[in-house]
Amino acid sequence: MTQPSAEASTATDERPIRVLIAKPGLDGHDRGAKVVARALRDAGMEVVYTGIRQTPQMIAEAALQEDVQVIGLSILSGAHLGLFPRVVEELKSRGVDDVLLFAGGIIPADDVAEVKALGFQGVFGPGTDTRDIVKFVREHAPRRT
Amino acid sequence: MDADELVDALLAGNRRALARAITHVEADSAIGREVLRRIYPKTGRAQTIGITGSAGAGKSTLVGALARAERARGRTVGIVAVDPSSPFSHGAILGDRIRMQDLTSDPGVFLRSMASRGNLGGLSEAATGVVDLMDAFGHDIVLIETVGAGQDEVEVATTAQTTVLVANPGAGDEVQSMKAGLMEIAQIMVVNKADLAGADTAVAQLRALLAIANLQSWTPPILKTVAKANEGIEALVEAIDLHQAHTRSDEHAVAERSRHVRGQIIALARAALHREALEAASASGALEALVDEVAGRRRDPRSAALELLDSLRATWAASGSSFGPPRSKS
Repeated sequence: MTQPSAEASTATDERPIRVLIAKPGLDGHDRGAKVVARALRDAGMEVVYTGIRQTPQMIAEAALQEDVQVIGLSILSGAHLGLFPRVVEELKSRGVDDVLLFAGGIIPADDVAEVKALGFQGVFGPGTDTRDIVKFVREHAPRRT
Repeated sequence: MDADELVDALLAGNRRALARAITHVEADSAIGREVLRRIYPKTGRAQTIGITGSAGAGKSTLVGALARAERARGRTVGIVAVDPSSPFSHGAILGDRIRMQDLTSDPGVFLRSMASRGNLGGLSEAATGVVDLMDAFGHDIVLIETVGAGQDEVEVATTAQTTVLVANPGAGDEVQSMKAGLMEIAQIMVVNKADLAGADTAVAQLRALLAIANLQSWTPPILKTVAKANEGIEALVEAIDLHQAHTRSDEHAVAERSRHVRGQIIALARAALHREALEAASASGALEALVDEVAGRRRDPRSAALELLDSLRATWAASGSSFGPPRSKS
């Protein structure tokens, strides 16, 4: 049996997973966020990238409007324990309760448990193989339609 | 939420319901189709504006500036921003929100990013559905931004009531290439980044092209903007208002409405036919058999294409599908 063409398969296969990659807070380095965004795109996902210096409100509002299944937050400033709970709160207040959350950047080992307790199912530090993130998202993203 | 709940919540102004309905329409799900069928009578109030032009022309920045101007006069704004999908992975990076960050916290603005998802012809199908949802939701104006590279993308912008074509100074050859059809689809021409050298030349080139275009009752104005600095936006808003008044005037409203709706129906039919044909051709194995013959030079690709159509007609006739030519026997 020959493979159906790539064109034909996109018509019938499940829709691409939609992901929001955002950088909360004030640090201005988004190399890591962009690498992850690109890896997810190359894995066939549709990645909404919002840029740097996002407030928790902006992130939650973007997630609502874009109806993403997955939100990845990248943070290097050390303010994760201040900002992540506010993102979660803003999502809840908008009724966005069916998304997969993961975090990346500089998150000290001592804080990982607390971040996970907030609902972030994955925490990926420096040196993570992007294939692990792709696998994580594929396995855990909630279905939409 | 099922279709009933989605329609009720959407019409009641629930933004989350709008977002979820868009997801269904984009996926062309049964719920999505039902929602669109139900809300269509509530559409037609919004002004729909398509913005197209080459990558890097400043479309996102211009759309952001337009949205701010519309908000300043108290109107609510829906934005559909289409970015290309990778032809290799089918994934996409949707980056239009970067240029419109301030609009994210404005409850009077709803921005949805869409990937073009290849050349299946489904883009306009989905995007016009999304525009209908935003219209029914109650947005006063809906801006549709697409990269003008590829028929589908251009088609999306032209399904709007008013299409704005964005060009840049110094893009002489690019302006030349617009001769082929693009000139005829735009009702407003914008030379953005007009602070760069060559803006007046670009305007002159566009004017020269317009002089040989096949114009109907409307002559497209050619405007200069510097979207980043918010320059020329007032004039653009005015031009859009003028064209909208023109399309809604007693003299032209009927013809414009027909033009708009005809384009939509053709685009939707084309997309559905394209998809159905591709699915049938790949499911029946007819395509692969022909590929082998043509690859072996035992047959030419043109007669193979006609043969493929013949076999699709036979398949459709046998399956009682609603597509294809009328069947002679029952």
